Amino acid sequence: MSHEHVSNTRRIWFVFILLSVVTTVEVILGIFKPASLEFNHFIGLNLLNWIFYILTIFKAYYIVWAFMHMEGEKSSLRWSVVSPVIFLVLYLLFILLTEGHYIYGVFKDSTIKWNF
Amino acid sequence: MEATVTTANNEEKTWGGGDNQPLGASYGKMMMWFFIVSDALTFSGFLGAYGFSRFKFIETWPLADEVFTHFPFMHGASAPMYYVALMTFILIFSSVTMVLAVDAGHQLKKTKVAFYMFLTIIGGFIFVGSQAWEWKNFIKGEYGAVETKGGSLLQFVDKEGKRVAIADFAVKLPEQREALTRNKTSWFMEDAETLSTYSVAEIQAGFKAHPELLIRTEKLTAEKKKTVLNRAESETRLQDARYVVEGANLTRNEYGSKLFADFFFFITGFHGFHVFSGVIINIIIFFNVLLGTYEKRRSYEMVEKVGLYWHFVDLVWVFVFTVFYLV
Repeated sequence: MSHEHVSNTRRIWFVFILLSVVTTVEVILGIFKPASLEFNHFIGLNLLNWIFYILTIFKAYYIVWAFMHMEGEKSSLRWSVVSPVIFLVLYLLFILLTEGHYIYGVFKDSTIKWNF
Repeated sequence: MEATVTTANNEEKTWGGGDNQPLGASYGKMMMWFFIVSDALTFSGFLGAYGFSRFKFIETWPLADEVFTHFPFMHGASAPMYYVALMTFILIFSSVTMVLAVDAGHQLKKTKVAFYMFLTIIGGFIFVGSQAWEWKNFIKGEYGAVETKGGSLLQFVDKEGKRVAIADFAVKLPEQREALTRNKTSWFMEDAETLSTYSVAEIQAGFKAHPELLIRTEKLTAEKKKTVLNRAESETRLQDARYVVEGANLTRNEYGSKLFADFFFFITGFHGFHVFSGVIINIIIFFNVLLGTYEKRRSYEMVEKVGLYWHFVDLVWVFVFTVFYLV
């Protein structure tokens, strides 16, 4: 936490409003599911899901940076916390999702019925 | 000076790691950060496993907005996502009160810290309670379904594609089940499943008597809706029914893929457990604030550390919310 003890109540409320607005947008999109977003794909993921993931990371950034006050820490701490998570998670997701997709193909093309 | 006195850490801060502050953070805070790193990777593993299974069964995965449709005091109304959005707001708001408590701690305002901690605890309890209610609805189920001998799930709809509960059309056949008497029992009994309200035969008979009913399979169409069979197909398909599924458990659930309920219970359960332990830790710190422990130390850093944990719980929920309910 930063060592000058100034109150940043205003920033806290600003971030709260920001997070609430983003959540509301997500819920509205989730309820209406605009077809133009849902059925257009970009790199294997439809645009609606892209928006959801981007907004989620946007919220995560504000929670970590403002609420957990990462912005007040030294950059050495910031990097040693954030970079392992980001790289390991990307690696994990790449492997798991690729394999999941592969197994889907195996089931689909196999001559044995597995769920009927 | 005594011979045993160490030179570096003689300011009664040995348990806090001494005066060394690598990365510019105190020992406790840095360790909380690295605990959070490891916990974040655990949750990523779970959510990644969910993604794996979903990609594996991408054509038959349940639609979240058909599963989570309940809202308190709105019986029968389909309100997808409203409730879980409310839960998200509750958790974000309790994060705000937590960060306000930390902020008040910096200014050494004891009463304010205690007040905000109290609000945070209340928020945490409301969230855990909401999750329990969500679980209750999930476990109880709403419509019921049947499972075929090949393990796929069949749901019932009317001509307009609206879901129909099995209780609305199943007929009551004369009881074929026999009470188990003592002389027919054995030491170890397998297959002692809980009996469903209706048997497969009762549902098949009821389906025959209601020509307007159709069967909906798990398979998703190109429009991301479930496939509805025509009447003839429905009748043949229902011949394969083996189990009546009501609600959800770890073996099977009426929503679709068996793994869906397993992941739901496991991931939201693990998150709920984090919230619960967060509430307990918050209560301990709350009493320490009231007792003036941190006032005597002239430092409210403990509040900051539990704050980090509490925000982390909120952070995880943001991802669980997206992965389970939105995508």
